[in-house]
This record gives sequence, C-alpha cells and structure tokens, in this order.
Amino acid sequence: MSVAVLHHGDYLIASIQSDLSDSEVLRFRDDLVKRVGERRARGLIVDVSALDVIDSFVARALRSVAVTVRLRGAETVVVGIRPDVAIALVQFDLNLDPIRAALDLDEGVALLDRLTERDGHNGV
Amino acid sequence: METDSATTQSPPPADVDPALLHQLVEYLRQNRTDLREEWARRITDAQLLSAMTPEEIFSEVTAVYDNYVDALETGSIETLQAYARDLSERIIPRGVETHEVLGIVLLLRDVLARSLFVNYQHDADLLNRILDAYEPAANRIGVTVGVSFVDERERVIREQQESIHELSTPVLQVRTGLLILPIIGVLDAQRARQLTEQLLEGVQRNRAKVVVIDITGVATIDEAVANHLVDAVEAARLMGASAIITGLSPKIAQTLVDLGVDLSMMRTVGDLQGGLEEADRILGYRLSEDEAESADLT
Repeated sequence: MSVAVLHHGDYLIASIQSDLSDSEVLRFRDDLVKRVGERRARGLIVDVSALDVIDSFVARALRSVAVTVRLRGAETVVVGIRPDVAIALVQFDLNLDPIRAALDLDEGVALLDRLTERDGHNGV
Repeated sequence: METDSATTQSPPPADVDPALLHQLVEYLRQNRTDLREEWARRITDAQLLSAMTPEEIFSEVTAVYDNYVDALETGSIETLQAYARDLSERIIPRGVETHEVLGIVLLLRDVLARSLFVNYQHDADLLNRILDAYEPAANRIGVTVGVSFVDERERVIREQQESIHELSTPVLQVRTGLLILPIIGVLDAQRARQLTEQLLEGVQRNRAKVVVIDITGVATIDEAVANHLVDAVEAARLMGASAIITGLSPKIAQTLVDLGVDLSMMRTVGDLQGGLEEADRILGYRLSEDEAESADLT
C-alpha cells in the first residue's frame, strides 16, 4: 500500500503517495484510526498532495477518518488539496465540514498546533 | 453563424410562371396602402413591438413591406437581408424579442395571403397558382428576416460574453496571507466558475489564509451562481483558506434567503472595511471564536 505514516511528536503524518483502490482506502482508514489510539496522537495530518484525483469514495473515507479520529481524541487536518481537486470535491454534495484543511504540510502542522494548544498540549 | 449562403443562394423555384409572379407583385404594389395599414393594425392588435411607437411601427412596416415586395419580384433577398440586419441592430437594444419579429413576419404573410384569397376567390385555379408562386417566396423571406434577427442577437450576445471574459477577476494580495477578490458586473455561471479557479490558484500561489470576496458591484445573483459562490468558499476552505463575503446588497441578501441557499458555511460581513477587519482578526488571532465554535460543534 502506497501510504507512508510518519510520527512527528504527538502527530501522525500519513502521506498518500498514489491512487488507492477501494479496499486499500478502507484498510488505510482502519489503520489510521488504530494507530492514533496506539500512539496516543493528538493530531493527524493526511497529505494528499500527490493525488491528481480524489473520488467520492476517498472523500468519504477522509471524512470518516476525521470524525472517528476525533472520537479517539485527535484532530485531523488534510493538506495538499489542489485547486482542481478542491473544485471536484465540492461537487460531490458530501458534507465535508468535519474535514479541516490546510495548504501544505507546514500549514497543517501550524493548524494542528493551534487546534491542540487550547488543551495545553503542544505538538512538538 | 454563417447562414447567408443558405438563404441567398437558393434561386426562386424554376417552375413559377414569371407572368404570375409579375401579376402578384403588381397586385401587392397597387394595394400597398391598404395592406400596409392592415398589417400595422394587426401588429398593434397583437401587441407586438410594444417597445415602439405607432409611428415608428408604421415607418418600419412600410420599409419592410416594400423590401418584401421587391424580394418577391426579383427573387433576390440580399436587400431585404441587409435591411433586416439593420433593423435588428436598431430594435434589439430596445428590447424587441424574437417572438415579436417572427410574429410580425408571419402576420404579414397572413395579411397578404388573406388578401390574395379575397382577390382571386372567383378563380380557384388562378388562386392556386398565385399561391404556388407566393408561398415559397414568402417563406424564404420570413426565414431571412427571422434568421437575420437571431444572427444579430447572437452577435450581440457573443460580444457581451467576450467583454465579460475580458473583465478578468483580479485576485489582489493585500498583505501576507490575505487576498481580495473584487467582483464587479454580471456574475453568471461561467464567470463564477472562472472566479473559483482564479481564487483557488491565488490561494495556492500566495499561500493565502483569508480571502475577502467583495460583491458590492454585483447587482443580482441567481440560485446557480449563489451555489457556485458557496462551492468556491468551501473549495477555498479545503485549501486552508477562510473566505469572507462582503458587500451583499439588501436585494441579493433577500434573494439568497428567498431561494433558500444554504449560507451557513459562509462568513459574511457587511462591507469591505468590515471584511478586512474580520480578516485581520482571523490572521492575528489565528483561531477566531467562530472557528473554535465550529470546531467544537463538529
């Protein structure tokens, strides 16, 4: 599976390297939710900058990760959504509100820092 | 659209007796005054060309009538075509609609046909042959006038679309992380799409955190465009930028409410100044109360 998951302080960084099949998407989702608990992560960054296309299945999976991971105590930020991908995503008529987004990895880490510092935890 | 070739090149039907056609044209010339008045009256009765005064209608009616008869006589519709194009150019800006133009041409056809019928009713055979000569020519003339009008309309529309595209939407960086998109003029679906693309490219290029979209200069908005705006705001969010819409006129605000467009995702501020202050607040404090609230709620 072409997803690299890195640990960065209290954060998990999952970088999707290439298009995933539907079953890979599901495995990826379950794996992330499990790891967040194991590592007691406060934040999760999903980097999709390598993806030219995000279909509704992947979008749904990302949303489901965000919602599930929040129940496990971590915030999710999706980074690297390209302009044309963003336009396509909003056409799906999916409620993407649970997905927080940032421009790139740097901004994503900064956003997570802001989101989690309220609780007195700092990322790195 | 090139329709000239289709309407000018087809010659008059060869089997039409020139003498008959001549007789027809003579008849129409002799009864010019009556038929013209009858036509103008029918136009007024049908409430066509309501944008024009009766005098204007009568003078156009005269010109079209004469051109019409000439076209019948010579079989050449070039003069009529030029006149129709010129006429269209004059009446389109006054709001004359396609159905009115087609309506008056069909009325003229009715008026003339009825008059021919009355005149030749004693001789069914002659009437038949006169109508044989008249109908194809009349139809061709009607098509010519209608097509000229539609062509002219399309030309106007094309020109307007081009000028809209030339009025590109500037994306201006005010300071680090803050962009402004002033939108002026008509916002249609195509322009809204173009605007979304420019907005997102601007966000990526300038690493913007906040985008203020000012629509003070937009007069009206429809449901499709409103949804495009909502999509643009949501797409910007997916790229990590908050969008603030400013300058919603009372009319647009009312329209949006009446249409039931879901604006819960939109952050709106009354004017551009307020929008910039709000933007500074977001940039300065990073996490505004709104964001904290929505984060808690979701």
